Amino acid sequence: MCGIAGLIHRGKSSNVGEELQHMLQALKHRGPDSTGYALYANNDGQNFILRFKVGENVGEGSSSVNEDESVYDERKKLVDKKLSELGATVVKEDRLTPYSYRYEMKYDKDLMEFSKALESIESVEILSIGKSLELIKDLGDATAVSERYGLNKVQGTHGIGHARMATESGVDIKSAHPFWGYPFADVSVVHNGQLTNYWNNRRVLENKGMRFMSECDSELIAVFLAEKMRNGATLEEGMKESLTGLDGVFTYFVATKDSLGMAKDTMAAKPLVLYESDELVAMGSEEIAIRSILPQEIDTYDPFDGEVKVWQI
Amino acid sequence: MGLHSEVLTGKTQQKFFNPDEAENFFYWGTHDVDFNKRTELDVKDMDCKQANEKIDRLMSEGYGTIVIKNPQGKHSLGVGILNKLNLIFEGSLGYFGVGSIDGPIVRVNGRVGWSCAENMMAGKVVIEKNAGSCFGAAIRGGDLICKGSVGARTGIDQKGGSIIVGGDAGAFTGFMMQRGRIVILGDVGINLGDSMYDGTIYVGGKIGSFGSDAVEAPMTKNDIEWLTRKFKVAEIGNNFDVSKMTKIVSGKKLWNYDALEPTEKKGAI
Repeated sequence: MCGIAGLIHRGKSSNVGEELQHMLQALKHRGPDSTGYALYANNDGQNFILRFKVGENVGEGSSSVNEDESVYDERKKLVDKKLSELGATVVKEDRLTPYSYRYEMKYDKDLMEFSKALESIESVEILSIGKSLELIKDLGDATAVSERYGLNKVQGTHGIGHARMATESGVDIKSAHPFWGYPFADVSVVHNGQLTNYWNNRRVLENKGMRFMSECDSELIAVFLAEKMRNGATLEEGMKESLTGLDGVFTYFVATKDSLGMAKDTMAAKPLVLYESDELVAMGSEEIAIRSILPQEIDTYDPFDGEVKVWQI
Repeated sequence: MGLHSEVLTGKTQQKFFNPDEAENFFYWGTHDVDFNKRTELDVKDMDCKQANEKIDRLMSEGYGTIVIKNPQGKHSLGVGILNKLNLIFEGSLGYFGVGSIDGPIVRVNGRVGWSCAENMMAGKVVIEKNAGSCFGAAIRGGDLICKGSVGARTGIDQKGGSIIVGGDAGAFTGFMMQRGRIVILGDVGINLGDSMYDGTIYVGGKIGSFGSDAVEAPMTKNDIEWLTRKFKVAEIGNNFDVSKMTKIVSGKKLWNYDALEPTEKKGAI
């Protein structure tokens, strides 16, 4: 069934890493397989943050094939070589787990060509590129992933997250949410539901040059929106088109460097509870997610069927 | 509580009310409580099972008015209460709040999540703020009132009782309802009363669209009297002109209303 959560502070920053951890942990019963965060952090905005993985987490519960860790080092060397060829300058690099990295880099050319080149290396997947987006996803619950990647101290303005119960595809990082809105910097998507016209849409979008990395139906939303925006639509326009372009049941969140949006299908088949004030918008699949950061009595509501909303920081 | 008179044979756990043995009938799980005996219960650090067990224990001690502090959106609070009781929640409930109840008077000074009061048999439930989807799913009786707005599929599979909403309602309100009444003072979404078998829906605002087999019917004097009386019970709708509401009933034209067997229907098509 999956749980999704999101929040945006308007006019100020906060410890969004810790806040989102609490919200997602409260939704653990909706999805214990993997947890993902898309945090919009207070980075200096000078460099791109590149998060990528060179393999899968093959721990308990994983559906991935075990690999010798030595192949990760080989793939990392190939990534470094490719970055050099592309003209990217790595300013800082961190190895976060045996299979995932965070690079800060300078790069001023086309991100789509950059991504295609990097992902041409076997088993290398870009999790995100952006100047404020920090996209982290891995197996385990919200607390486990947060502790593994040190997320509870991340300061920022907004974020979205996902607690996944695997139904349409495997228990692995590539199928975990959030999905990066390739090839747009700082765009991420989380989804609760099932899309029934995934393959039809995928065939059309791939013919238009868009890229899919998993077989998870939710990835379609990120690609669908990215393709609309590539053709000049605003985020909100793309989201409104998704209500008819996507078939199935869904509630999803999408975030950019300065905004947070939600969309709910026309059947209102998937839950969403929303709290909105001048300073903060917080939303989740269940009210307990909001209560985990706002225990005091507040007014919340369910958005209606076919509703699309976008908030700015 | 259904009234059955048949005598069961064979292995079964099911017990039915036998009119011939009314004096000996015991409604399992009920307590004799005193409304004047009042207490408070803080459930902040309890899970739903612990909270419900504590409520049951308080009722067994005769408490007839129980105030629940800090429900904080927890799921399934106050479910399965089968006796009279004044139950007040100082805050919001999550999913399946006060489900399967038969008799208590409940007030929620907050919001409720999906499927509030599902399968309610009797009693009165008042929600001061908004409610999620499937509000009053499959209720059999009683009055279920939300002073704010409610989500989609309100009164789905309703089999009796009244659902009264002070604000707006989402899509598929009254979906497949079978008996009872739904009253929405505000606007409703698309597919209102879709595939309803019976029952009545009243809408004060705009209607997104009618569902399959839902049709408009003329308001009668009885409708107006009933609505006026219910609004007083519901504590909402003051000065609301009920005569201008739209009444929706089942057109009874769907396949399940004809006498044909499915195979015959297929042949007829």
